[in-house]
Amino acid sequence: MRVPLTWLKDYVDIDDLDLEALAKVMTMVGLEVEEIRMVGLPMPSGEKHEFKYTGFSWPEDKFVVAQVDEVMPHPNADRLVLCRLNDGNEEIIVLTGAPNLYEYKGKGALEKPLKVAYAREGSTLYDGHQPGRKLTTLKRMKIRGVESFSMICSEKELGISDAHEGVIILDEDAPTGMPLVDYMGDAVFDVDTLPNMVRDASVLGMAREIAAATGKELKHPNAAFEMTGPSIKGKAAIEINDLELNPRFVLGLIGGIQIQPSPYWVRRRLNLAGMRPINCIVDATNYVMLELGEPLHAFDYDILLERAADETPTIITRTAKDGEKLTTLDGVEHALDREMELVTDTSGPLSLAGVMGGEESEVNSNTKSVLLEGASWNFINIRKTVSKLKINSEAAYRFSRGVHPALAELGVRLCLKRMHEWGGGQVAKGLIDNYPAPPEDPVVELSTEWVNNSLGTDISAQEIADILIALEFECEVEGDIITAKTPPHRLDIHTGIIGRADLLEEISRIYGFDKIPSQRLNQPLPPQQVDPSLGMEENLKDLLVNLGLQELIAYRMTSPEREARRFPPDFEVPDQQYIEIQNPITVERRVMRRSILSSMLEILEYNSSLGQRLALFEIGPVFHPVEGQQLPEEKMMLSIGLTGLREKPSWQGSEPENMDFYDLKGVVEGMMQGLHIADVGYQASEYPSFHPGKTAKILIGDLEIGVMGEVHPLVKANYEMEEPPVYAAEIELKPLLEAGSILFDVEAVPTYPPVLEDLAVVVNENVTAAEVEAVMRKGGGDYLAKVQLFDIYRGKQLGEGKKSLAFSLTYIAPDHTLTDKEVSKLRNKIIHLLDQELDAKLRS
Amino acid sequence: MAEKEEALNNLEKIEADALAVLEDVANQESLEAWRVSHLGRSSPVMGVFSSMGSMDKALRPVMGKAANEVRQALETAFEEKQQLMEAKALKKALETEQLDVTLPGRPIAHGRLHPLTQVLRRITRIFGDMGFQVYPSPEVETDDYNFTYLNMPPYHPARDMWDTFYTKTEGVLLRTHTSPGQIRVMRDRAPEPIRAILPGATMRYEQLSARSEIEFAQVEVLVIGENVTFAELKGTLEDFARRLFGEDARTRLRPSHFPFTEPSAEMDVGCFVCGGEGCPVCKETGWLEILGCGMVHPVVLEYGGYDPEKFSGFAAGMGIDRSTLMRYRIDDIRHFRNNDVRFLRQF
Repeated sequence: MRVPLTWLKDYVDIDDLDLEALAKVMTMVGLEVEEIRMVGLPMPSGEKHEFKYTGFSWPEDKFVVAQVDEVMPHPNADRLVLCRLNDGNEEIIVLTGAPNLYEYKGKGALEKPLKVAYAREGSTLYDGHQPGRKLTTLKRMKIRGVESFSMICSEKELGISDAHEGVIILDEDAPTGMPLVDYMGDAVFDVDTLPNMVRDASVLGMAREIAAATGKELKHPNAAFEMTGPSIKGKAAIEINDLELNPRFVLGLIGGIQIQPSPYWVRRRLNLAGMRPINCIVDATNYVMLELGEPLHAFDYDILLERAADETPTIITRTAKDGEKLTTLDGVEHALDREMELVTDTSGPLSLAGVMGGEESEVNSNTKSVLLEGASWNFINIRKTVSKLKINSEAAYRFSRGVHPALAELGVRLCLKRMHEWGGGQVAKGLIDNYPAPPEDPVVELSTEWVNNSLGTDISAQEIADILIALEFECEVEGDIITAKTPPHRLDIHTGIIGRADLLEEISRIYGFDKIPSQRLNQPLPPQQVDPSLGMEENLKDLLVNLGLQELIAYRMTSPEREARRFPPDFEVPDQQYIEIQNPITVERRVMRRSILSSMLEILEYNSSLGQRLALFEIGPVFHPVEGQQLPEEKMMLSIGLTGLREKPSWQGSEPENMDFYDLKGVVEGMMQGLHIADVGYQASEYPSFHPGKTAKILIGDLEIGVMGEVHPLVKANYEMEEPPVYAAEIELKPLLEAGSILFDVEAVPTYPPVLEDLAVVVNENVTAAEVEAVMRKGGGDYLAKVQLFDIYRGKQLGEGKKSLAFSLTYIAPDHTLTDKEVSKLRNKIIHLLDQELDAKLRS
Repeated sequence: MAEKEEALNNLEKIEADALAVLEDVANQESLEAWRVSHLGRSSPVMGVFSSMGSMDKALRPVMGKAANEVRQALETAFEEKQQLMEAKALKKALETEQLDVTLPGRPIAHGRLHPLTQVLRRITRIFGDMGFQVYPSPEVETDDYNFTYLNMPPYHPARDMWDTFYTKTEGVLLRTHTSPGQIRVMRDRAPEPIRAILPGATMRYEQLSARSEIEFAQVEVLVIGENVTFAELKGTLEDFARRLFGEDARTRLRPSHFPFTEPSAEMDVGCFVCGGEGCPVCKETGWLEILGCGMVHPVVLEYGGYDPEKFSGFAAGMGIDRSTLMRYRIDDIRHFRNNDVRFLRQF
């Protein structure tokens, strides 16, 4: 809510606080000031400010109240006039095109001079002819042959509102020659009102907080006045159908009013607070709503009489009937449902209760009498209506957060008084008030000890009571115990333990969070839970980074079509259940992902044009709906993606090659080693997303945990990617992390020298390197410490369907230096076994 | 004796000749050639040894000794010569070998943790030092956990504070904050005391732009015990802020509202971009909002399985993306999940 400083000052004396100090007080009690817009007042001195200031100031020597004594035609232009103006010092002829001065043109000297806001030569103000708010400085120039150097200002030019249809005409009592800043300079605080502080969506509410925080007195608006008209009795009646939805309904009546603009100071305040002035009657309802926080509604009483066919108009509050319709005063027709609360009369709906009035019964330029509604509504019901009809209003904002019924009567009285002041007429004596069951305002009992134990403070019982009294609680102190009765303007205080927490918030924020001491945790350390997978996941990420991979975090939201791209075009995508989003921001992100491979391929695609080398991984959940279960399984997955060059190109050395399957396998092996997972197996396998001949499933023991391989060329073609093949792995995280170990056996570093030798064997093409290695290990026994493949050769002299695998073997004994004899015995055993089991021959 | 005389003279000559030749040796190859011809198997001095068999028995020890001395002298000379040449060669090399040290190094293909992971780890570590343990919680949540158990029954006005993605399953939504994890950890641990942090992804219905994301990372902090005070909340979070933002970091607590805490506050830290002078990042205020916090609301304690008459606690929640964005002055929040490697590699 936007609140002008001058308005706040009506209720609390804050002349001793500068803007910066006031904004700080407000922010520190929960009225967060987001911006201070200067509308005339001088900017605060000093360089460092804690708040954002916008707007501009009106220097005393530049901007003054002036009077226009005569409006004369322009010799060369119909749409311009010349004003004989007195600025308190001198008489000047000022040129203006303001349409609201045309009516005075050529009338000679005005009987009542018009008071205006006048900007002298050299003033800096907003340019009225440009969109937005752009500052400009008044310079001497000739317009259609007449010299112009100063200006009679519009609201837009002074930053009061965006209105530029005419110049401001001030109230008659504005003193000519007075600096404009002294007359109506202001600053507007833009306050972010917290959802639980709707009581402070009012000038009085904010003033109350400021008064409490600064120890100043709160000055309530005076609603007392003499109602001089005939009694309201018999002029209207109220029927409430459901007290839950409408606990109170108050009516007041004013007749013989004159529909006219409100005084300028009222219009200015409304504008500054962000509401458009309409006429004195509508303005009075809005003014009191901003002042007190109680939204009010004015009906044209004569229209109600007409609708009642001259019977006593009866206001009936009820929920809508099926098929009932109402056109609100914004011209929109709403189809209503049986939950929506309405204000009606015997002829049908009048207004959408607490939200917006109806078009038919609204105040218009012919209105003579007004029936004024002040009511109280169930905030949940209003919220439902607002969200269903997608309608909003200042009234709905407040009623949907809860307005105390006590404010209804006060609001009506204050508003009738203001209508009478601004629109004349006679206020009918008395009110009609239907309030059969006023709620008990909650009483909360709390002990000083509890307060101090909760806050970590040492505040006295009296100090606590004083804070609550400043917020208008009724308090009694008896020893350690404070009993506080909630004031009749707020609905956010409960009873019991919740009420105590509610009061703790009030006490702490007014006492000041900055005065509460800071302490380190003084609690016993809770039992330490063990979740080894969390540490293991961290290890895994570090490992993959050390293996040269970049971590990603992908969007969880995607679409089934996007995920289907991970299959070849002719593949029949299985019909899979997704977690579907009811209100997606785009169809592209309307489900939660099921495939982490899909995210990886999209990110490879996104980065593909950069060329070079891409080596990426992601650890994150995929979402699988589970039959008969409300929440999906959030399965943690690891994806790895590689494509492009093996090494980064350099100015030196040979041209790097593209990565292949074995780069991916190297990463996977490095990962398994780093996690200390033994018993890992790789088996050639087929998966729809992968190249049938270049893919392996990854096993730990017998358990399949994932797949790795070259992405199927037809799948790759679904993405816009550069030429090099793409390699990817998709692995379930849980079994991987569970197999990992932080406790493992460390082999002793050998003290005796190793014996190295190379062994090349020729085998049939279908024999794998892993099989050869296994046989070698079997033959070599414990002394064969390492077997490493270093060459694969195929050639004519080997024969068709044969290949040669060359291994480097390392023999070590832990307790002595191996002799040639021992080694040759092992070698012979290996060669024998190879021959026997794999039909492998030594390559000669 | 003449035989002895002659033999000794011969040895002297062998030595003198060899040394004379060595004098002129100028490179490694001729040095090696010299070694072969003057110390090798068929060298003169070795010839002396092999001719010993035919020598007079009495002469043998004398000649043997003398020949050994010559051999040793030649070997010493050889080693000295070799050292001299190596020293020379090294000197020359040091004088002539010169690199262009401005040439780029051989590029090493490295990886990095995602920036959000890095920041999250710093946060986890700071709280870990204070005895907080990580507790994982689901990203797809029920309406009850996300709202109702956090003291926001249906149609509660505070539900408006979060723009929510709902799923097509009744009562299931994408969590708008990590706070539902509070209830999960409480129900898991009650009635034990709690010191937990709950990191994770959260989702909010926003229009994607440079300043707003639909998915972002948060961390929730929760302490439950038998007499947890607001002063402890303040002390713990101030310590945290100092450790994350530096010893000199200024902080302030400002009243706020969250339905699941009471009193509620927001913690601001002195703007680390401008040092509090005021800049566009802090909207000229000198303060940046880093987290929301407060004392756990009695209703939440009760939903979590703790008796609010006996237990109290505090909670805090912070967004990781936004503070990382501000910290590194990143121009677009979407970089975090677009995963452009040119962005990611910089961290």
